[in-house]
Amino acid sequence: MNKPIRRVSVFCLILVLALMVRTNWVQGVQAHAWATNKNNDRNKYDRYAYPRGNIIVGGQPVTNSDFVNGLRYKYKRSWVDGPVYAPVTGYSSQSFGTSQLESLEDGILAGTDSRLFFRNTLDMLTGDDKKGGDVVTTIDAKAQKAAFEGLGNKKGAAVAIDPRTGAILALVSTPSFDPSTFSGSSAADADAWKKLNADPNKPMLNRALRETYPPGSTFKLVTAAAAFEDGKFQNPGDKTDTPEQYFLPGTKQELQNASKTEPCTNATLQDAMDLSCNTVFGKIGAELGGQKLRAQAEKFGFNNPKVDVPIRATTSVFPSNSSPDGTAMDAIGQHDTRATPLQMAMVAAAIANNGTLMEPYLVDQERSSTLAVVSKHSEKVMSQPVSATTAQKLQQLMESVVQNGTGTKAKIDGVTVGGKTGTAQHGLDNSGLPFAWFMSYAKGADGKQVAVAVVVEDGDSNRNEISGGSIAAPIAKSIMQAVVQGK
Amino acid sequence: MSTFDLSNSDTDRRGARRGNTTITPQNAPNRRNTELAMLGFAVVLPMFAYANVGLAMDGSLPAGMLAYGLGMGTLALIAHLLMRRFAPYADPLLLPLATLLNGLGLVMIWRLDKAGKLLANNYPAAANQLMWSGLGIAFFIGVMVLLKDHRILQRYTYISMAVALVLLAAPAFFPARAGDFGAKIWIHIGSFSIQPGEFAKIILTVFFAGYLMVKRDALALASRRFMGLYLPRGRDLGPIIVVWLLSILILVFETDLGSSFLFFGLFVVMLYVATERTSWIVFGLVMSIGGAAVVASVESHVQTRINSWLDPMAAFADPPPPGTSEQIGQTLMAFGSGGVTGTGLGQGRSWLIQFAAKSDFILGSFGEELGLTGMMAVFLLYGLIVQRGLRTAVAARDPFGKLLAVGLSSAFALQVFVVAGGVTGLIPLTGMTMPFLAQGGSSVVANWALIAILLKISDSARRPAAEPEPAAAPASA
Repeated sequence: MNKPIRRVSVFCLILVLALMVRTNWVQGVQAHAWATNKNNDRNKYDRYAYPRGNIIVGGQPVTNSDFVNGLRYKYKRSWVDGPVYAPVTGYSSQSFGTSQLESLEDGILAGTDSRLFFRNTLDMLTGDDKKGGDVVTTIDAKAQKAAFEGLGNKKGAAVAIDPRTGAILALVSTPSFDPSTFSGSSAADADAWKKLNADPNKPMLNRALRETYPPGSTFKLVTAAAAFEDGKFQNPGDKTDTPEQYFLPGTKQELQNASKTEPCTNATLQDAMDLSCNTVFGKIGAELGGQKLRAQAEKFGFNNPKVDVPIRATTSVFPSNSSPDGTAMDAIGQHDTRATPLQMAMVAAAIANNGTLMEPYLVDQERSSTLAVVSKHSEKVMSQPVSATTAQKLQQLMESVVQNGTGTKAKIDGVTVGGKTGTAQHGLDNSGLPFAWFMSYAKGADGKQVAVAVVVEDGDSNRNEISGGSIAAPIAKSIMQAVVQGK
Repeated sequence: MSTFDLSNSDTDRRGARRGNTTITPQNAPNRRNTELAMLGFAVVLPMFAYANVGLAMDGSLPAGMLAYGLGMGTLALIAHLLMRRFAPYADPLLLPLATLLNGLGLVMIWRLDKAGKLLANNYPAAANQLMWSGLGIAFFIGVMVLLKDHRILQRYTYISMAVALVLLAAPAFFPARAGDFGAKIWIHIGSFSIQPGEFAKIILTVFFAGYLMVKRDALALASRRFMGLYLPRGRDLGPIIVVWLLSILILVFETDLGSSFLFFGLFVVMLYVATERTSWIVFGLVMSIGGAAVVASVESHVQTRINSWLDPMAAFADPPPPGTSEQIGQTLMAFGSGGVTGTGLGQGRSWLIQFAAKSDFILGSFGEELGLTGMMAVFLLYGLIVQRGLRTAVAARDPFGKLLAVGLSSAFALQVFVVAGGVTGLIPLTGMTMPFLAQGGSSVVANWALIAILLKISDSARRPAAEPEPAAAPASA
């Protein structure tokens, strides 16, 4: 009987071997996938098992990790000035996951990033308590507060960028939310979460990065940039050969200016920009054609699905298949043109930086819990949308708008300010309250620079009151002052 | 019987093999000192694990550590000393292996007790399990002392059959409880529950061994050749059909996939060993696959198990599809989170497995906290037990002993495979307990008895044979 017994013995060995192979597969090959599976609650518990690292603004943490010693969670996240910084930090909730920097930098904050492996191993050997690393942002606390207070209880967003580096100095979206209200796992947290999600004003939407608006007249700078680059015009003082009545190409539809009295007929580029003539830029756009406009817009960052700061911005769109009359409307930031506030800040930044667009970024440094720098951002050129000469002509146009045109409310004494207003129609037959835009840059005497874009969704119920110049420009001004003058 | 043995092709080579068989009958040292040393490791290792859990979870050495070590150590020592007296030539590894697995299981149950409210319906089970382990070792000692020779069991062949049938059928007549989750494998008497299947496993093996020893000539020789296979006569097919029907009935009435597979697999293996006819394996496979296919297409319980094997994460959908369970998905995530080295004892979150975390799914906790490394060690321990048992079967001198040892060892192996395979997602899950590791009194007691019988067979196998000279020397057994 020994032969079959030996065979049974081999069979039993195969059974054990099969178990071993399977376990190697699950715990070796597939281990990472199972460990990071979205249903694996260990990740939630681990994230709050020891102090989470902080997000730093201007040298001060805007987050805390509170020891709560719960049954499942040992720590809980809280925020300093949560609503001000929520569009930057995002949330980190025991029950509802993480978003934005709290999500994208989770590896550093939770201390699980492979770059912290050496540090963690050392801590384990020396018996030091584990702690997450810090994320140092580029945000300027004064600019951020100025933007938040400027927007107040209006619905809108503001973005400020340092044109020379691409560092994002302010990133605000209102109405905002306090992530501390639902960072735990209690019933109250669930209520707060539910309420925020059901709020028709969408407080958790990051309007600065994740919402696109028709950019309105602020887009005329892109059209002007295309015209200069194309050689259609040489100087801001060139006459534009615009008729008194301009009909959209191929239609009997007349393109209107803001008021009939505006001297837009055959205006110079400079005057047309000061007054924001729709006819002038509509015509220029139609004559340049959709293709050239799109190429120019794309150099500024439109149609790029991967603008990551590192939070991914929604793609700003310049349409590719508009009819000629549509293109005329696209050229003045209406019709199918859509832009995020970040995108328009990038346009202003590129112009202010003599035509070089720096890649916008929000995270300056990643640090271990012992403050050792894990990574540091190095400035990168994103593109060269226009030549330096074109940029200077555009600066001339923008500075004149603030000196003589629709943007006078952004004027700051002793500081070079250029800007452009926008009042974008939207909704069916333009029935919605228009969006008030202002994009600008400021260059202080001591070399400090900032580029800003502000959008206010509905500043006032009185429609006539709404215009970029009166509602958005003062907000942009206070942000610029905060950066350039430190006020 | 002995004439048949001589016709074995194996026998010709037996002389040549003697040299490399570690179990050499002649003048073998009795290896009891080896066993004692190994036993020392088997008691100390779980004590370290115990200390590890305490230090990780409370930052201090657990208070019960010494008492546990003394308790387990004393029991093991008594078993060892009695073996010196009653089974001096028995295999030196089986007792330490069983002690080690039992000890590790106790530590893990205690560790899960300490998860407290994190585990639903968590009541302290370690003390109870220690009591059952004590009872198991007492059972072991009882078998050691009372079972003078394993061949005595042969006399109870048909009584065994009757007892096994009663045990197997019993759960179907007792009301199931809410916590049983579909499988009717328990008998509940008051607050007391027995899993009769664990005992039936041993008793059925006794019956199979006794029955096949008598019938094997008929089964092996009276057959016709057809397409290279020896087909048995119709009347010899009777018993295999009966066992097949029985396992199908267990499946249908007690919805116990695991036991059904175990008993049928066990019977086919023993039939093959007894008759040395490969055709029996072919028959066995065809019948088990056929039976499983029919039952699976009818029984929703079985279908559920198969579905959650194919898609373990289905239960995490919102809302979860009816009849799905998070268990396998949770266990796989526990394994994955443990990775290669594990989180360390007391530092994992295997309580997420929730239901049956201490019993059927205890391997998940081992996988998470001891990692792939620990799992390999655990499988090696089980593999060693099986191989020591099969080595005993090879060395046994009587066909009943061979059949009994092969049956017990392969039943043990099949059970380990069915449980561990189900938990790791290799095969569909069936409700069975991991021998020695899992919480459950019946399982611990029955498996200690199983080890005791194997040791008895190995003692008689390794006992020095009577010297051929002088001829008057009586046979030792």
